[in-house]
Formats: sequence, C-alpha cells, structure tokens
Amino acid sequence: MTAPDAILSVDHVSKEFDVSAPWLNRVIERKPRLFVKAVNDVSFSIPRGSCFSIVGESGCGKSTVARLVTGLYSTSGGEIRFGPGTAGRPVRVQMIFQDPQSSLNPRWRAGDIIAEPIREMKLRKTEDETRDRVEDLLRIVGLAADDSAKFPHEFSGGQRQRISIARALASEPELLVCDEPTSALDVSVQAQILNLMRRLQKELGLTYLFISHDLSVVRHMSDTIAVMYLGRIVEMAPAEDLFTAPQHPYSQLLLGTIPDIHAPNRDRDLQAGEPPSPLNPPPGCTFHPRCPLADTRCSREAPALREHGRATVSCHAVEEGRTAAPERSHA
Amino acid sequence: MTDIPAHDLARKPKTRLRLFLDSDVWWSFRHSKSAMGAAIVLGLVILAALLAPVLSPQNPYDLAALELWNAELPPVWMEGGQMPYILGTDVQGRDILSGILYGTRISIFIGIASVIVSLLIGVMAGLLAGFYGGWVDNVLMRIGDVLLSIPIILVAILVSSVAQAMLPPELREAGIAIVLVLAIALYSWVQYARVVRAQTMVERRKEYVQASRLVGTPARRLMLKHILPNTLTPVFVAATLNFGLAILIEATLSFLGVGMPPNQPSLGTLIRVGNQYLFSGSWWIVLFPSIQLCILVVAVNMLGDWLRDALNPKLR
Repeated sequence: MTAPDAILSVDHVSKEFDVSAPWLNRVIERKPRLFVKAVNDVSFSIPRGSCFSIVGESGCGKSTVARLVTGLYSTSGGEIRFGPGTAGRPVRVQMIFQDPQSSLNPRWRAGDIIAEPIREMKLRKTEDETRDRVEDLLRIVGLAADDSAKFPHEFSGGQRQRISIARALASEPELLVCDEPTSALDVSVQAQILNLMRRLQKELGLTYLFISHDLSVVRHMSDTIAVMYLGRIVEMAPAEDLFTAPQHPYSQLLLGTIPDIHAPNRDRDLQAGEPPSPLNPPPGCTFHPRCPLADTRCSREAPALREHGRATVSCHAVEEGRTAAPERSHA
Repeated sequence: MTDIPAHDLARKPKTRLRLFLDSDVWWSFRHSKSAMGAAIVLGLVILAALLAPVLSPQNPYDLAALELWNAELPPVWMEGGQMPYILGTDVQGRDILSGILYGTRISIFIGIASVIVSLLIGVMAGLLAGFYGGWVDNVLMRIGDVLLSIPIILVAILVSSVAQAMLPPELREAGIAIVLVLAIALYSWVQYARVVRAQTMVERRKEYVQASRLVGTPARRLMLKHILPNTLTPVFVAATLNFGLAILIEATLSFLGVGMPPNQPSLGTLIRVGNQYLFSGSWWIVLFPSIQLCILVVAVNMLGDWLRDALNPKLR
C-alpha cells in the first residue's frame, strides 16, 4: 500500500511496552512478565503535502504512533520508511506536542528555545544569522520579533503553541507530527492555531501526521483519517467519506459523540462501556464487547483490514454486509 | 524631547537581575522579618570572620603574641578584666574574641567547602541516576543508601583518623581541613543526589526534553542545559540547610578531638579546649565560642527554612 509519492510509509509496525514489576518482585511474588501491545500491526502511508490524521479514544496508541514515527520510541516490529527528501537530504521530521506548559523549557527564553534546533543542527553559521532566522520564524507564526527575549510564562497557551510550532519549523522539516496540538487550548484559540497550521502547510509544502481525539478538529485539517482502537487501525478513509458514511461500528460510535449544534438534545444511542485494558485485550475483534453488530464470529476471529469502496475497514459485519446503515450523516 | 512610546518601554527585555527583583522569592524575602534578620546576622558574622585579621586585637596563631601572665583573664566588664581582651583570655593568654573570629572563619570555610564538594558529587550522581535509570540508578543509589546507614560521626572519625595516619607529618596540619571537608561531603552528597534524581525523573519525561532529543541534542547537554536548571530549586534549600549541618558536624568532630587541631582552632576546637576549664571557674572560654556557634547555625537554618517556604508555593 506504499504510494510512490509517499513521504512516510509505516509498514506493519508494532510497539510493546514492558510493564512488568521489578525483577525482585517478580521473583518473590511470582508475578509474570507483562507487556502492553500499545501499537499492533499498524500500516499506513502519507502522500507528500497531505494531512493524515489518526483519531481514537485515549489509550488507543495514537500518541505512541507519533513517537514511533519521530524516532523517540523504537519499534518492536515492522518498519517505518521515509520517502526521498528534497534538497538531497533525508526527510526531516519534527513534532508539535500536546501540552504547551511542558513542551517549552521554563528557564529558557523564547528566542533560545526556537534557536535550539538551529544551533544543535548547525543550520546557520553565525549567531547573527541565527537571530535573524529566529525573528523570521516568530513573524511566520504570528508573534513579534522582540518576543524572543521573553520567558514561556509570559505567554498565553496559544502563543506558547505558536512558539512550539516555530521551534518545529526551525529545522526546516518536511514532515510535522502533531500530537494533539490543540487539545490543551480553548476553542477560539484552537481555530487560530489550526488556521495557522493550514497556512503553513500551504506556504511551506508541509506534510502533517495529525493525532487527535477531537473529530471536529480533524475534519478541519485532514485528507485521510485513520480510526484507531486498542492499538489497531479499524478504519481508514478519505476525510469526507468517514464523516458522511462511516463503516466500522466504532467509527459510527465516535461520530455519534460529536455534539450537534442544530440538535443539541437529540437522542443518542450511546453504546455503553469503555475500551478494555490493553494488558488483556478481548479475543477476536477487540471491539466486539462494545459492538452492537457483534456475533459469535467476532468474538473468535480477528478481522483483517479490507478495502470497501474508498475506505479500508477491519470488521466482519461490514464484510458480511450485516451493516446497519449509519443512522445519521454528519454532512 | 525623548519621545518613546509607552509600549516600547514595556517590551524592553528583562535582565536576569530585573527578573530576580520582580520575583516572588525576593518579595517574600522583603516581607519576612525573620529572613531579613537572619540574613543580616549571618552577613555580619561572615563579614567579621572575613575581616578577622583587621578586627581582632591579637593574632591567635602567633605564639609570640601570647603572654602567659594574661592567661585566664575574665571579660572586661568583670573584675580583673582588661583591654583589649574584651571577652577574656584562655589558659595560654589567647584572646577569646580573636579566637572566635578566626575560628568562625575556619568553620565557615569547612561548611562552604563541604557543601560545594557534596553538591558537585550529589548533583552529578542524581542527574546520571535519574536520567539513565536502570543499573546506573541502582548502583549509585545503593551506594548512597549504604553510606547513610553508617552514622556520620563514625564515618568522619574513620576517614579523618585513617587520613591522619596516612598523611606524612608535615602535611598533616594542612591536610586536616581538606580531610574534614571530604569526610563531611562523603556523607551529605546522598541527600542532593536523591533530590536531583527525583526531579530529573520527572523532567526527563517532559515534552521539552523530547523536543530537544528530536534535534539530536546529546545526553550531556540535555542533562546540563535542560534538566539541571529545572532541578535546582529544591537543591538550593537542601544546600542552605546542609551548610548549617556541616558546620555542626565539623564542630562535633573537633569537639571529639578528630577535627581541627588546637593550633588552628575552629569553633568546635575552642569549645573542646574551653570545656576543660569550665569547672575551674573560667566559664568564658567555653561560653562565647558556643554562643557564636549557636548564632551562626541558627541564622543559617532560619534562612534555609524561609527559603524552603518561599520556594514551595504549596506552603504559602
């Protein structure tokens, strides 16, 4: 499924975390080793210049995917490949983090924070050039050049996220991994940051891997959306298709949770339950305990990802045509 | 006419000094009478100790200046007291005030030096243990646990008596202060290491450290430029309180006879020597050095307590 112009292809990647008790406790209390499969056999590829989003509940492994792609975590299996970079260098990946409180070092001035990638990677020869570049970056993200002398606590949450974006841009990346960049901001500021990111994408030709739990944010940004549940991708579809005709029951459940401004008190048939513990995932399709369409096959056999129209879905019910038509469209 | 728009003035970048003067800590200092008082007392004590050669009426190290017929003179306000021996003299005719000034100097030197040495060891061990975790963490912290399980007086007596036996006689007097510093530091680095380790484990998971990793910052720079500055606040508090503790440990060791020798006495040595003459009626030989030691340690501890409160927003 690697497209020829893909900037990033993730191929059957898994990540296990060792969450066993310390060695001595295991020996004395006879506890077994424990592993969490945070990401399980995930594959996707991102065409250059597009925005690929991953959505899912907290704990589904979407942030782990982000850290795998940036290399902060090493994979337990599978392969992550980057396409050819422009200007004869490998693709540079940078990341925008979720929490603007902890993603900026509180003891550094904004200018030094933004200049760090330039200094570490030696992208400019002199200190004067570095300073000019930092001032450019500040202007690009909509801050003032003399903000560089301020400390992070002197900025608002939205401004800090702009600094975070400026730092990510400082190393001239082609692929930006955004791990819930707006979930710590209030709604009006969210829109500003998202519009800034769209503008930057157009102007600098960036590719985004966008992680979020907020479907309305994702809809604003994405070309393709992947829905993750318990470490697996359950549905992957072009953004509009996913919103108008979600196929996987879990996608339908997620879309059902979006508040509707025209029908604020509409009846919602919310399926009960929480995602099961990833330490001990249910057999078969991991979603079957919460799924309205589940039958005995679902509890025994894990479904594979198959193409259905423009979407890729992993669901026995969809495969067998047992699908209840989506009750609502969110067009 | 200087026509600077108001917003330009407001946007002027703040210097580190300006930031400090605007900070909560400085505000809390100016509003805490006990902290100000302790700082003034401590400042005077340190100043007097530094100026000892100028202030003291006699050089207590200069044996030629001692005259035996001035021995055991009481303080000036008592019958038989005479100038310039304001606080009286000891059995060798040494001026008590001069002894105290010089002794404070030695006590403060040993306190500061042992804090610096233990800070260096402790901060480094804590950073490495917290940053790398795993066996590095285990080895360093278990060494610390073992050291803390031995009473410090025993450690210090052991170290200083072994060192005294090993050092050649001509180095013994010069080396004893260094040996004391090392003995105290050997014990107290563990506390800094624990504080720094805990804070490092919190900081290294924060997103600014990950962002810095992404641009290829080497581990050494991650630790020193990113993590270390964010772990120092509790270290300052511990260092201040330990400074007082180090002075006390040194005084204890000197009192027990394994510290500074009588010919370069610290406050503890003065107290030990004076203690022998307490029952012969010369109470001033032991009392005044003890008072000085009390003032010094109480002032340091009050500053440390205030600093701990000022830097901990939960206590305000």
